[in-house]
Amino acid sequence: MNVATFINIGERTNVTGSAKFKKLIMEGDYAAGLEVARSQVENGAQIIDVNMDEGLLESEQAMTTFLNLIASEPDISRVPVMIDSSKWSVIEAGLKCTQGKSVVNSISLKEGEEPFLEQARIIRRYGAAVVVMAFDEDGQAETAGHKFRICERSYRLLTEKAGFSPADIIFDPNIFAVATGIEEHNNYAVAFIEATKMIKERLPYAHVSGGLSNISFSFRGNNPVREAMHSVFLYHAIRAGLDMAIVNAGQITVYDDIPEELREHVEDVLLNRRDDATERLLAIADNYRGSGEAQKKADPKWREAPVEERLRHALVHGITEFVVDDTEECRQRAEKPLDVIEGPLMEGMNVVGDLFGAGKMFLPQVVKSARVMKAAVAHLIPFMEEEKKRSGDTSAKGRILMATVKGDVHDIGKNIVGVVLQCNNYDVVDLGVMVPTEDILEKAREEKVDIIGLSGLITPSLDRMVDVASEMKRAGFDLPLLIGGATTSKKHTALKIAPEYDHGVLHVDDASKAVGVVSRLLSRTARPDLLAEVAADQEKMRGSGSKEKARPVISIAQARANKFDGGFDSYSPPKPNVAGLQVFDNIPVDDIAPFIDWTPFFQTWEMSGGFPAILDDPDKGPAARDLYDNAQAMLKRVGNWFHPKAVIGLWPANSEGDDITVWASEARDRPQARFSMLRQQGRKSRDRPNLCLSDFIAPIGAPDWLGGFAVTAGPEVHEIANRFKEEGNDYDSIMVQALGDRLAEALAEAMHARVRKELWGYAPEETMSNNELISESYRGIRPAPGYPACPDHTGKRVLFDLLQAPKHVGIELTESCAMWPAASVSGLYFAHPGSSYFGVGRIGEDQVEDYARRRGVTVTEAETWLSPSLAYDAGARAAELKKTA
Amino acid sequence: MHANIEAMAGERILILDGAMGTMIQERKPDEATYRGDRFRDHPTDLAGNNELLSLTQPEMITDIHRAFIEAGADIICTNTFSASRISQADYDLQEICVELNLASTECARKAVESVDRPVWIAGAIGPTNQTASISPDVNDPGMRKVTFDDLALAYGEAAKALIEGGVDLILIETIFDTLNAKAAVYALETLRDEGVAVPPLMISGTITDRSGRTLTGQTPEAFWISLSHAKPFSVGLNCALGAAEMRPHIRALSDIADTRICAYPNAGLPNEMGGYDERPEETAAYLGAWADAGLVNIVGGCCGTTPDHIRAIAEAVRGKAPRNVPRFHPRLRLSGLEMFEADREEAAA
Repeated sequence: MNVATFINIGERTNVTGSAKFKKLIMEGDYAAGLEVARSQVENGAQIIDVNMDEGLLESEQAMTTFLNLIASEPDISRVPVMIDSSKWSVIEAGLKCTQGKSVVNSISLKEGEEPFLEQARIIRRYGAAVVVMAFDEDGQAETAGHKFRICERSYRLLTEKAGFSPADIIFDPNIFAVATGIEEHNNYAVAFIEATKMIKERLPYAHVSGGLSNISFSFRGNNPVREAMHSVFLYHAIRAGLDMAIVNAGQITVYDDIPEELREHVEDVLLNRRDDATERLLAIADNYRGSGEAQKKADPKWREAPVEERLRHALVHGITEFVVDDTEECRQRAEKPLDVIEGPLMEGMNVVGDLFGAGKMFLPQVVKSARVMKAAVAHLIPFMEEEKKRSGDTSAKGRILMATVKGDVHDIGKNIVGVVLQCNNYDVVDLGVMVPTEDILEKAREEKVDIIGLSGLITPSLDRMVDVASEMKRAGFDLPLLIGGATTSKKHTALKIAPEYDHGVLHVDDASKAVGVVSRLLSRTARPDLLAEVAADQEKMRGSGSKEKARPVISIAQARANKFDGGFDSYSPPKPNVAGLQVFDNIPVDDIAPFIDWTPFFQTWEMSGGFPAILDDPDKGPAARDLYDNAQAMLKRVGNWFHPKAVIGLWPANSEGDDITVWASEARDRPQARFSMLRQQGRKSRDRPNLCLSDFIAPIGAPDWLGGFAVTAGPEVHEIANRFKEEGNDYDSIMVQALGDRLAEALAEAMHARVRKELWGYAPEETMSNNELISESYRGIRPAPGYPACPDHTGKRVLFDLLQAPKHVGIELTESCAMWPAASVSGLYFAHPGSSYFGVGRIGEDQVEDYARRRGVTVTEAETWLSPSLAYDAGARAAELKKTA
Repeated sequence: MHANIEAMAGERILILDGAMGTMIQERKPDEATYRGDRFRDHPTDLAGNNELLSLTQPEMITDIHRAFIEAGADIICTNTFSASRISQADYDLQEICVELNLASTECARKAVESVDRPVWIAGAIGPTNQTASISPDVNDPGMRKVTFDDLALAYGEAAKALIEGGVDLILIETIFDTLNAKAAVYALETLRDEGVAVPPLMISGTITDRSGRTLTGQTPEAFWISLSHAKPFSVGLNCALGAAEMRPHIRALSDIADTRICAYPNAGLPNEMGGYDERPEETAAYLGAWADAGLVNIVGGCCGTTPDHIRAIAEAVRGKAPRNVPRFHPRLRLSGLEMFEADREEAAA
């Protein structure tokens, strides 16, 4: 289920669906028609559906006129259009008026393959995406199997014969009315949901959409029942994989608000749970007439409740009308204006957050709730300012912009620093993750910040930070720049970032130091000293750094001559019990939790010390215990929210030099992929080999296998952490992220054990405690691309292709090869009894050139990805190359 | 047969030529020069119809091409920016547009044949002087002076002639209205479906000012998404801005486009007289820095750039690696004025 990425398509600019819009267009009142479109976009429609199919209209002309008019309204035309018609000529007229990439709704196999392909090819020429109805020569598909067969056939035709990208295909497996009294219709909702599931599982990258209002057609005139049907249907269909729907946001209600009895009866109908479901729903339907969402908003009764309840009601239902008055009433009773935010407002938002997290409220509704919250907070701000003045606490001490750089998705550390700074009365402008350089610069100007702080966790982010620094210089900034995050270091900052920018680049290694650094930077007297001090340190590091750079390495030929001997003449690698890909879906959090390594969890919170000893630490003990208790409590809650997934692959493989070839089949005649590995090039004392991961795999001739995995705690980690953050609940936000990371690591540990014992099965008798697991005393290793044994992050691209990780577990790679969701772990499995973790260390130019050749990339690109591992100065090499060229 | 441009583009940054118009203006042709013998009695003024010079003064055009080749251009653009039926209607010469495209290609070919290194010819297709997305009448915003079909016909006719003339690439350039360019792509795809061997496409938009948007309001990202179905050899930007102003938009494209990036800015912003003052080494310094930053695969110049600019630019990027073209998983991306990407969480509120 992915509620947060669910796309809602505005349906009001449709003459077949909206009597009001139809009347306006028939009367030629296009100006009023534009207002309908505008309000759709304002209310959160991400795409607007435009339909002019009406017998009495010149539909082609109406489509052209309306889309041309939209083109001159930037606040409407910023979103894409869905050109909706059952007439091909109207669709083509629409395509001729939109400069953006639109969606055609729809085409189908109704008239057979030839016209279908013809239309698809024309759509391709216009560069639009397409909705395909589950309709073929035999009519509209009613069963899940038939729906899927049509979609599969369409998918094949579109991708193989019409040049469509699979991502540009959106299937509409037909939402038909249920509870019509006709028995054959009873299973329509179930059929849609099942077809959706099949499409998402078997037709990679395709999307699923549907027209929601059809489902409740039998209950026209009874809005409360229709709203309930819509919400319950969405609740189930989104879980099955529905990506988008044509939705009237005013016609859905909050799932939990549906009275128990009604919900159950609706669910009986939609899920076809009993033969008499329709009669039973009909029997109670009239009792609910007049209780729906529209009435709830108009019904003055809720105004009679106590003010706290009124605020909660307004937040949950997105009603802005009375919120200022109610907030004011609370404020007059409260001791401090802040109490109103922390009290009733936050309580209301927590309710919204819980409902959203459980898939019982939908994004557009949450957007509305946030708007209500903002209105309330805006009312309180002047009072809080006044309060600050009165208490002598002048406004914020300074303003700090924080961002995780582009290509990187990790932000726990940044969030912690943000909270610490806010607690110390600094204003923090948090731009979130994957922020492009331009946005950082632009916001810094716009918000008049005093300091910019950058964060990043993966190696490529280091280059992005250099980029930000040099762009700041180009743009003439004079603010200090703070650098933080796991891969950053004092040394990299001194050597690479600081030389790009003249007004101070400071490396801050933990949140507790951030406040000290920031306060000195913002003090007129302390700042010059601090900057001078840092500059001197950095200068010194640059001096020693460049000497150190030219660290001696042996030649790659020498290193290869000293490889690890796997003893493959006497050792036969074990054959996996289960070869190929295995996907594990919806793994219960409870099953993974015992594998959690708690020590890094405490480190995330900047509490060092091993677990469980830290719980009894004389100083940190009480705080650590409190944190641990809260973590345990949260762990119970996330059990319902997270959907951890894993994909495992075990493939025939052999080493070829420093490469590992993965074969397409056990015949070992056709390579499927190749991992290029790096070898240690340091000078070794006697008997110690220069290791390379390929040494652990048998050379061609003897059968051996390589494993790979990608596991994730799920995208819900971000959704829930963001939700907490938006509510201002940073503590729980960070807690959720930290637990997400730990669960992903724990899942990796759990899956590795399973691989050793069952799937590969080379250690069936293994029994180990969690501590033994953590200390890695078992046989075999699982190194990850981007980490010391194979430091090039791009190895993940090869691994992800093999595992089809985006499809199977929903993990994507950013352009910097960071995994999204961030709470994910991937790596390779080696079973060799002598395999061990090691660091490649510094590598020489000869190996980098050889590596670039093996990987088929330029030396410069290889150097970029390997920059922290180079034993030489790549900049100097490039300059040299330029001279000789 | 020509050397393979895809292979060459993998090895180094390719150099595009500079401004044809600027070079023609330097030669100060008068009305009689434009007319030549053939159009001595043509009823309308012809001065300023640069494309006509390919017919009436072919040596001048070939010389200009040659100067850019000598300066180091790997790709030269035919003198056909306004050689479509729609643009030539201004001079009442719409009936010779096929001939203009053929003659211009011939001028380029002569220049290419005079050197013994590979130089590719890009058949240039300008935006025309009409826009399909904006009404010329503020009181009637739904009205259009030119339709998609008109544009597709005119572009198709010009492109067909360029291809017959033997161009190696088609360059759809100075796109201020993406809908116009979509009509050009539509015309080319139609030709392809009719069996014409359409060469690789280069697509180049124009960010009109510091708003960072095309004239018709699209961001660079939305512009790319709208035209990505053309699967072009390159996408990029030209004209309107100097390199200093163009950089963030090239960066934006470079981040998102899974094809080569081509940038050919003006020689700075125009002075009060409409001239361009940026010196060759200044333009070259900017483009050299873009190459260092791994942003570009093809660079050249637009308005105000001379062979000296191209020489300096070629020098500045020599030995620098071309941008590595990224590969992405398929994803559903749509656009209005802005890009919309499915499966991406949008921050609530």
